[in-house]
Amino acid sequence: MAQAFFGGVHPNDMKAATNEKAIEQLAPPAEVVIPMSMHFGAPCTPLVKVGDHVKVGQKIGEFHGLGAPIHASVSGKVKAVEPRPYSMGGDMMSVVVENDFQDELSEEVQAPADPNALTVNEMVEAVKNAGIVGMGGATFPTHVKISGGIGKVDTVIINGAECEPYITGDHRTMLERPEEIIGGATYLAKMFGVDKVVIGVEDNKQNGIDAMNKVIAQQKAPVVVEALHCRYPQGGEKQLCQAVTGKQVPPGGLPSNIGCAVFNINTTCAIFRAITQGMPVVRKVVTVSGSGVAEPKNIECPIGTPVSCLLDACGGLNEKTFKLVMGGPMMGMAQYTADVPVGKGTGAMLAFCENEEQTVENPQCIRCGKCVAACPMHLEPLFMYQYAAKDMLDELNAANIMDCMECGACAYACPARMHLTHMFKYGKQKLKDKMAADKAAAEAKKAAEEKKEAVNK
Amino acid sequence: MTDYKNLKLIATSSPHIRGAETTRSIMLDVIIAMVPALVWAVIIFGVKALTLTVVSALGCMFWEWLYRTLMKKPQSIDDLSAVVTGMLLSFVCPATTPYWMILIGDFFAIIVVKQLFGGIGKNFVNPALAGRAFLLGSYASVMTTWIDPAVNKAPLFGSTADIVTTATPLLYMKGGDMETLTGTYSVMDMFLGKTGGSLGEISAVLLIVGGAYLIFRKVINWQTPVSYIATVAVLSFLFPKAGTGLEWMLYSIFGGGLMLGAFFMATDYATSPVTKKGQLIFGIGCGLFTVLIRYFGAYNEGVCYSIMVMNLCVALIDKYTKPTRFGVVKSEKKEAAAK
Repeated sequence: MAQAFFGGVHPNDMKAATNEKAIEQLAPPAEVVIPMSMHFGAPCTPLVKVGDHVKVGQKIGEFHGLGAPIHASVSGKVKAVEPRPYSMGGDMMSVVVENDFQDELSEEVQAPADPNALTVNEMVEAVKNAGIVGMGGATFPTHVKISGGIGKVDTVIINGAECEPYITGDHRTMLERPEEIIGGATYLAKMFGVDKVVIGVEDNKQNGIDAMNKVIAQQKAPVVVEALHCRYPQGGEKQLCQAVTGKQVPPGGLPSNIGCAVFNINTTCAIFRAITQGMPVVRKVVTVSGSGVAEPKNIECPIGTPVSCLLDACGGLNEKTFKLVMGGPMMGMAQYTADVPVGKGTGAMLAFCENEEQTVENPQCIRCGKCVAACPMHLEPLFMYQYAAKDMLDELNAANIMDCMECGACAYACPARMHLTHMFKYGKQKLKDKMAADKAAAEAKKAAEEKKEAVNK
Repeated sequence: MTDYKNLKLIATSSPHIRGAETTRSIMLDVIIAMVPALVWAVIIFGVKALTLTVVSALGCMFWEWLYRTLMKKPQSIDDLSAVVTGMLLSFVCPATTPYWMILIGDFFAIIVVKQLFGGIGKNFVNPALAGRAFLLGSYASVMTTWIDPAVNKAPLFGSTADIVTTATPLLYMKGGDMETLTGTYSVMDMFLGKTGGSLGEISAVLLIVGGAYLIFRKVINWQTPVSYIATVAVLSFLFPKAGTGLEWMLYSIFGGGLMLGAFFMATDYATSPVTKKGQLIFGIGCGLFTVLIRYFGAYNEGVCYSIMVMNLCVALIDKYTKPTRFGVVKSEKKEAAAK
């Protein structure tokens, strides 16, 4: 068993509702809304206009700088190109496609003659063209991670921890599509030039571990599965690296600083499909669960499917539902409308109608220190809260608030129900704004001085 | 199908689920952990032990309610912290304390020490101990009159002028009078609690049971009580005032309010450090001051003041026991410090 990380919490995993339910295919939705930002980086530019006919896999959004292209997930007519609500809050330029239910595959999707003959550069190119991003939710463009890591990375880790409660999409993928995971992992080993890839899985998914081990033995793949302690946030990138290698990513650093690269299970499957079939990311496995959902399920649906279609496929919602969460209950984003579409990083759609929130009026910190014990980044949330609440930005910075990854472990553990994570999101933004302002001021001053000198000469 | 437009959705920050533990559940656990010692007090001192504890708890709730009503602040008595303070204050007073006096102690603990500084979590010393210190300073003779439980029970009402009193083990220990001490109380008496003393402090074993329950329920960490008791044990073993080191050590750790202080007072969240390392240092400091006061101070007992002194050091301890930043290796940290 891999060594554990410091801190963390152990929430009730609530996975029993869906972990024995096979992934279902959603009946094709009448229309899909594909937002032009489903990745870390600037939004894509739409390549189609109203009235155009698009086919499955056709590129409809081009990226600039850091990003990944976006493809049509159904075939049909472009009905609108306009801002629509999306999962990160507010509106985003989106391409709305009216489904013609023909499911025509685009000519752009070309499987290579022999995937195993591809060079490293060709494989990275295939990943880039397929628009693959980190599908665990961080949505960092995968081709950038691979090309940036080649030569620096000696440990490639596949993140199968799935430590957030409720979510079972990765678990079902391990059981139903282990060949795709192992195949994708094998290509990753080739790209990075490493002898083995480690798949880290929390030990509450033993049957998933067995299924993958079987495929590894059959294929003699350069992959090992490592069972991890069941503890949130085991699937945090830095915590996973620590559990697998025993090394800690330095502050402000990336896993590549300690020779690691981490890929999600779904991302690995997408890499497999991109290299073997040339297939871009057009579908996503989503766990629909929570107390408000009549019949929780794991569903695979086209990217851009409105969340309401998913919920309808699960028997609709309890009318007392007060919260819709896209993502896990610990880090997911609460949505204000069911019109938002499924994106590349959407792993779950939860609806709550009971007392999950447990909010109290006027919460008071009792200084119990349970947040300090729970923080996997070794921070002291109770002091950070006080600084943030009073806008004491220098103290906030000195308390290393920028190390906070907003995992929510402190707020989960807090018996006083303080809104810790909420306050840290606010504090981090304030601090970023101040740093940007300071930098701009310093540059303006420097420019003014240079100008003055030039005049004096 | 569901009409999604009509849902009343709220969009707040993650996390969207919370653990089961609440301030109230923690306080309830502390109250449960005090019950064995309270039952023992009733057996030893009579029903007055129960009525005094109940009056004190109600008194604390009343003062808290009154303050927050007058100051137009949201009510907080349902978090049960006032009940804990009230019970703890009665535990550190003699069973013969008059009801009006404990209500004055409640006033000082709740209004002056807790609410004036902002309420729960904001007080800088333990309210119950501050209440006791206030009563001890104001009514010294009542607070140091110890009824002899072997001869008579504390009267429920009325005068305590004609009760038979006794000396506590700590009085004999102060004088180094080991002969009278061992003649009056055996080590087993000390362990079980068949001695004179404050209402809730006498039974070491039942306080240990209560403390073990709190540790098991993860309400408190083991660091504070263990380091506190161990420090007193080691120092008294090494420097006995009389008798053998072992004997002196046993009387030292079972006598007085050490067990009550270590498990229930020093672990008070608001007035103890937040990291486990800090809690170890805090416990050692409490142990050190307890032994120093018992040996060299004017009082027989040092638990109350030692914890209050260490309460004042908490900000300092917190400052120097911050967790090592994630990703900073120890050697790098030293290099950074050298620069």
